[in-house]
Amino acid sequence: MLLRHTTKEVRERTALTVNPAKTCQPVGAMYAALGVHGCLPHSHGSQGCCSYHRSALTRHYKEPVMAATSSFTEGSSVFGGQANLLQAIETIFAVYEPEIIAVHSTCLSETIGDDLNQIVNKAKDEGKVPFGKYVIQASTPSYVGSHVTGYANMLEGFVKYFAEKTDEKIRQINLLSGWVEPSDMRELKRIMKMMKVKSVLLPDTSDVLDTPMTGKFEMYPKGGTTIPEMVSMGDSMQTLGLGEWATTKAAIMLDNLCKVPFDIIDIPVGLKATDRFIQALAKAGRVSIPESITEERGRLLDVITDMHQYLYGKRVAVYGDPDNIIPLIEFLVDMDMKPVYIVSGTPGKRFEERMSEILSERVPEAKYKNGPQADMFLMHQWIKEEPVDLIIGNTYGKYIARDENIPFVRMGFPIIDRIGHSYFSTLGYMGGLRIVEKILGAIMDKQDASCLEEKFELVM
Amino acid sequence: MPNRKDYTNGLPDPLALREEILKKYPAKIAKKRVKGIVINDPNLEQEIMANVRTIPGIITQRGCTYAGCKGVVLGPTRDIINLVHGPIGCSFYAWLTRRNQTRVPEGGDNFITYCFSTDMQDENIVFGGEAKLKDAVREAFEIFKPKAIGIFSTCPVGLIGDDVHSVARDMKAELGINIFGFSCEGYRGVSQSAGHHIANNGVFKHVVGLNDRERVGKFQVNLLGEYNIGGDAFEIEKLFEEAGITLLSTFSGNSTIKSMEYSHTADLNMVMCHRSINYIAEMMEEKYGIPWVKVSFVGAESTCKSLRKIGDYFGDAGLKAKVEEIIAREMAKVEAVKSSIKPRVEGKLAMMFVGGSRAHHYQDLFGELGIRTVSAGYEFAHRDDYEGRKVIPTIKIDADTRNIEELSVTKDEAHFRPDLVEKKAELQSKGFEFKDYDGMMPEMLKNSLVIDDVNHWETEKLIEFYKPDVFCAGIKEKYVVQKAGVPLKQLHSYDYGGPYTAFDGAINFYVEMERMLATNIWKMIDAPWKNESELVGSMTIEY
Repeated sequence: MLLRHTTKEVRERTALTVNPAKTCQPVGAMYAALGVHGCLPHSHGSQGCCSYHRSALTRHYKEPVMAATSSFTEGSSVFGGQANLLQAIETIFAVYEPEIIAVHSTCLSETIGDDLNQIVNKAKDEGKVPFGKYVIQASTPSYVGSHVTGYANMLEGFVKYFAEKTDEKIRQINLLSGWVEPSDMRELKRIMKMMKVKSVLLPDTSDVLDTPMTGKFEMYPKGGTTIPEMVSMGDSMQTLGLGEWATTKAAIMLDNLCKVPFDIIDIPVGLKATDRFIQALAKAGRVSIPESITEERGRLLDVITDMHQYLYGKRVAVYGDPDNIIPLIEFLVDMDMKPVYIVSGTPGKRFEERMSEILSERVPEAKYKNGPQADMFLMHQWIKEEPVDLIIGNTYGKYIARDENIPFVRMGFPIIDRIGHSYFSTLGYMGGLRIVEKILGAIMDKQDASCLEEKFELVM
Repeated sequence: MPNRKDYTNGLPDPLALREEILKKYPAKIAKKRVKGIVINDPNLEQEIMANVRTIPGIITQRGCTYAGCKGVVLGPTRDIINLVHGPIGCSFYAWLTRRNQTRVPEGGDNFITYCFSTDMQDENIVFGGEAKLKDAVREAFEIFKPKAIGIFSTCPVGLIGDDVHSVARDMKAELGINIFGFSCEGYRGVSQSAGHHIANNGVFKHVVGLNDRERVGKFQVNLLGEYNIGGDAFEIEKLFEEAGITLLSTFSGNSTIKSMEYSHTADLNMVMCHRSINYIAEMMEEKYGIPWVKVSFVGAESTCKSLRKIGDYFGDAGLKAKVEEIIAREMAKVEAVKSSIKPRVEGKLAMMFVGGSRAHHYQDLFGELGIRTVSAGYEFAHRDDYEGRKVIPTIKIDADTRNIEELSVTKDEAHFRPDLVEKKAELQSKGFEFKDYDGMMPEMLKNSLVIDDVNHWETEKLIEFYKPDVFCAGIKEKYVVQKAGVPLKQLHSYDYGGPYTAFDGAINFYVEMERMLATNIWKMIDAPWKNESELVGSMTIEY
């Protein structure tokens, strides 16, 4: 047994987290900043933070993940990190020549009270920021929220710095993406094109973290939201934020600074969330929904009805980030599956409300928890108590899946033992189809591998 | 695309390359970096600047002190709960990402698959986290009943003044199991290396010597600095077992905390990764009189040499005969594979920038295939790992090193082994070398480029200049280098392959190099129509 010390007796914990379903803010800030063209993320803290975050993102994407660090030592921790950051800004512009340095803080620099804004201004005053280049910053203390919070804070940092309101509105909408894959960002752009809605997508990691092999390394790949695009966001007609946890702050900032009204909706995972997304797009862009979109929806429905018998009543355990798993849970319920155990390490009161809305009637037996001690150890204990038919979550779930012999579908961050997530989207109706395909594949593979020989089916 | 270069008459002088690298840096940085980039001449006594701060803003391979302490030294030990006191990330990122394999006997403890954290929140930062840490220790004890708990400090811990050592003492008294803390905050040193030292100190203080187990074998040894990445330690264990050598404890691949407790009853310490573990070897010699030798099981030749060295140390005819028998048998297998692969890869060029010993040891493996190392360097090593232990007295102790506690170790009269001291003196008089590490540079070719703490800019330039056939580094560099059309072999994680130690490991490595170097896939990067002229068709769809 890989997790041989996990037993079904749940003992209440108040201090110890075991096998977390979250990580810390800065990695989210780094990921968000990679979705801006010509931007080098910079970690203001110890070298380890930057090294760990780059490693985590690299393992997930199998792509170069470039970022720099302030390389704190004991001295900087005592006297403050200002000298380190000033030096870093100078070094980075000289050696790596980015358009933008996106600085995020760490628990170390936050604890000692470094004021990023003041340090960045000092760098500008001292002429360390070349003309036409930018340094922006976001405060991302690791001891608050989760990796999703860091992503949200960095997005807020970008719009705060770049968005400009002029006298002329632009007939476009801002699409603030929650934490999704490059494939998903690409899919969002495809849908916008089908809908004929002009938009600015922020961030956009497609063509950054899914680049082709060319034999030439590009430090700043062609993808990413550009500076003019970010500037133009202040004149957009409306903002659509996909994912409450990841995009609300940036949406509010755009409203406050540039009076761009906003709506926050779910990331379009599955049927209903995509329905709401399409309708919101139609409304915001004042366009009618093309037949081709309706047909995609129909294809998804068609597959679900075809394969309903394999989905119906299946008990599922899900862990991950609220923005991603809330619409996923709704989708599972719509397919008559039973998401019975749900954990997310990311705190936020709305999680319980949303879970209750989705589950209280259809899956009243569901157990869900987010925030402190809502970890994979707890979820595993629940599974020990009464098993499930399927686990959905990041790579770490494979230890539970193997110990308990449960089919396992990888979704979320990080996925470090399989490929595909960078290239095949799980958003929109077509992405929904991929989710259904993966779920069916996992469940049916187990049936094929373990059913009695006499029950072995050719046609399924 | 990399072209085969003809280096039959020796390596090209890389002076121009070094100049080009330095030209890009602001003057202050260039002045410092030049001391860390040495054009090697094995006939000269050259000095390299190492174990110094990375310049802020430089994209470095290095990690932090915590990573070295928790991740490297105690991470591979299975029967201890390694509880990380800090925000969640530090423990999350070190969760199973280092491939330390372990074989758990039926009913044995294994906490390696778990991730434990106090998940510090802002109120813990403001009001202190000691109470939460104590509760977390209690909860871990009640739920998991471990034999030992190690507490690892992350950056904020030292800054807010949480005293993990006093918490550990209190909890040890309360719970009655071995509990100890490490002040391994990420910022403590210039790299992971400081963390290794801190971990060595902690394990030496709190674990080694707790259990005076009776002798169980004729030749009792410890293996230090072998972390069982990809099963490396299993290969070595297999050899020892056959030879009749009793491996008491490995620091720390496939290890238990229990085995470290009686490691002081060994007759010999063998040091694999000199950088990460020489401290314990030194302290065990001072306290218990156990001598240490440098060994390497990376490469078939090194394995033979190391096995013979153990045989010579014990001087036992039976052991020596057994060692020769194993070597003869295994080398026949090794030669068979090598002779089929070597012609296909011979003359290729490699470079490796990794760790604190691997960038040296792996040159042996490449050498066995006739692959030349044109450039190499460590991520977190010190001058002695480059230039040899002879330079230790001349290494300047800077402020960053002074931060790390130097344990004052005294002789343990009850357990001291004068017989081993005598044995050492006798062997030395016959020319047998102890503490024998001459470092990387004397073994490298003239004009090879030795670079400490290589960074991203330098990596790009190196590839451009040498057009190597294989580049060895870690996960962060993997896809950067491969995008440039050069295959990269990870020498931290082995790209999830291995083992590469001892004889079977060497064979694995030869086969892996054949896979990486003989493939045609890198030649298919350009589309066949790349150089065709563009046609404007009459049948294009107009949107």
